[in-house]
Amino acid sequence: MKPKNKGSIDYKRILLPFAGISAGLILGGIIIAMQGVNPFYAYYYLLYGAIGNKQSLISSLLKTIPLGIVGLAVIFSYKAGIFNIGGEGQFYLGAVGATLVGTMPLPIPALMHVLLCIVAAIVFGGLFALLPGYLKAYKGFNEIVITMLLNYVALLFTSLLLQGPMQEPGTFFNRSSLFVPTALLPAVFPGQRLHWGIGIFLVLALLLHVLYRYTTLGFRIENVGLNRRASRYSGENTKHLMLFSMIISGSIAGMAGAIEVMGVNGRLVENFISGVGYDGIAIALLANLNPLMSILAAFFFGALRNGASSMQIATGVSSSFVYIIQAMAVLSVITMPGIPRIMKKMKARRVKNHA
Amino acid sequence: MLNTFLGLVFSTAFLASSISYATPFVLAAMGGIVSERSGVLNLGLEGMMLTGALFAFMGSYYTGNPAVGVLTAIVASMLLGFIHAYSCIELGSNQVVTAVAINIFALGITSALFNALFGISAGRVTAPGFASIRIPLLEKIPVLGTALFGQNVFVYLAYILVPLTYVLFFKTKIGLNIRASGEFPKAANTMGVPVEKVRFYSVIYSSAIAGIAGASLSIAGINMFIENISAGRGFIAFACIILGKFNPIGATMAALLFGMTEGIQLRIQAAGIPVPYQLPLMFPYILTIVMLLLVGSKFSPQSWGVPFFSDDDQ
Repeated sequence: MKPKNKGSIDYKRILLPFAGISAGLILGGIIIAMQGVNPFYAYYYLLYGAIGNKQSLISSLLKTIPLGIVGLAVIFSYKAGIFNIGGEGQFYLGAVGATLVGTMPLPIPALMHVLLCIVAAIVFGGLFALLPGYLKAYKGFNEIVITMLLNYVALLFTSLLLQGPMQEPGTFFNRSSLFVPTALLPAVFPGQRLHWGIGIFLVLALLLHVLYRYTTLGFRIENVGLNRRASRYSGENTKHLMLFSMIISGSIAGMAGAIEVMGVNGRLVENFISGVGYDGIAIALLANLNPLMSILAAFFFGALRNGASSMQIATGVSSSFVYIIQAMAVLSVITMPGIPRIMKKMKARRVKNHA
Repeated sequence: MLNTFLGLVFSTAFLASSISYATPFVLAAMGGIVSERSGVLNLGLEGMMLTGALFAFMGSYYTGNPAVGVLTAIVASMLLGFIHAYSCIELGSNQVVTAVAINIFALGITSALFNALFGISAGRVTAPGFASIRIPLLEKIPVLGTALFGQNVFVYLAYILVPLTYVLFFKTKIGLNIRASGEFPKAANTMGVPVEKVRFYSVIYSSAIAGIAGASLSIAGINMFIENISAGRGFIAFACIILGKFNPIGATMAALLFGMTEGIQLRIQAAGIPVPYQLPLMFPYILTIVMLLLVGSKFSPQSWGVPFFSDDDQ
């Protein structure tokens, strides 16, 4: 590949995601129209519900937090060449870890209790990523199928706990007791639902940015992901670094689970989130594996989801159609690097036809 | 208690239900295995099944003929297969991520379309489905007869497809080309195998079969569509392929295992045996992981998930 001229803006980078999102909007619009609803009317409610006023903006941000942090988790493993499909399982295990500590009254200050919950989640999530990480790095197993299977195990295990030892006494619901007040994440603005998980997300994204941009560790991890063999010949312990990246990835996903229970429900509820692992993958790729861009990508997903639920209430249009928009956005970004190849091929064909 | 349990498990009814539960897995795996063997990782089976399930329902609902439903299911899931193939083979995009996008897309379009056509609270809309067909004579075999030969048309299709896939892979030139494309695409290409074309058709084929597998969820028995009706079955079929070492017979065995545990779980509940329902549900996943550990990791095609471009050589 030829190096690009510095200074010239790569318009494709901006245009293609927009084209993808527009295609999704048009396709979604057709389906909305089939239902007899004016698509522009529906999209107005979508936009208004997503960012129309302070309350809807806060709801969008609340949805952004878990998606974004899991997105960062996916970035962390993917940079080292590991596909962590198990974000959802690690998320649930992290939530379990936090719930174990958070429902226990401890004679320590509130901040300490919150930190302890997060540490528990990091340990649980990291340990849950240990097995697939080890198998991938040291034994050459396919990490995709193992993390995928572990997702189901984690979900069922959580619900088993919530029906047994961790169930709130005296209830029939599969849920834990409420967290003690010292273990809840405080609100950013008094009286509002937005919790400090948003701060944790932003700081974490910045940390990852610094890691990959300015540190040798980040450089080494990226090298392993780009070319494992070359990295090994340069004296790197690639297996070690891959395992490390997977464990950290699991820890980050686990932390996301803790933040969600400590900030939103204040207790662990069976199946309280679904598909977050796959959403994380979509966000990581939409952001082109750039931690700072993942803030935008996660907000895009979060705002769409939140806007769609208000749209569903206002117009009766099913909120699930936003998945179409998300999928088109992701597809347009991941197919982008292949476009020059197709152009070249088409040009070659034209030349051939003229000859 | 153990006796009642064993009695429940080893009965004709249990065998019959295990086979019918396993059928969607078997079908999807028989399609998927062709794509995987050709070198294209197809995790999009899930979305293709889901799409197949909805379009089978719609085709059957609007025409009153479940066979038309199967055809519409095939066409719709093949469209997704085309996107997957184009993105992975022509553009060389990451195959896992493409599949993730396809699965999200399928979830969105099926739910939105279903709600748009049948209303948001459409729970009980039914479409004509396939009834069980009893095969004369064969059905009379003791114990096994009714279990094996009193099933619906999808089960019989699975019976045919498994040996057919085996023969395709190991006894035909096409199968050899598919395997060569997945193992050593460069060598295959040098020998005149049109690797990209082989891979393209393999993915399209796998999506068509996944569509049929989806149809077997919606119009063979319950005759309804429910949002996200596939509920991860495509992922399980993918796991079955790997657990079965990319061999059609092995994958079928793995699929039967999953079908049986689904049957056991329902039976345990029906019999009122005091076991938390999560335990039998968890069992096949843990067993699969353990068996994967025992089987080892050396069976996947060498160039599985690696794009190949023949014109890079020129």
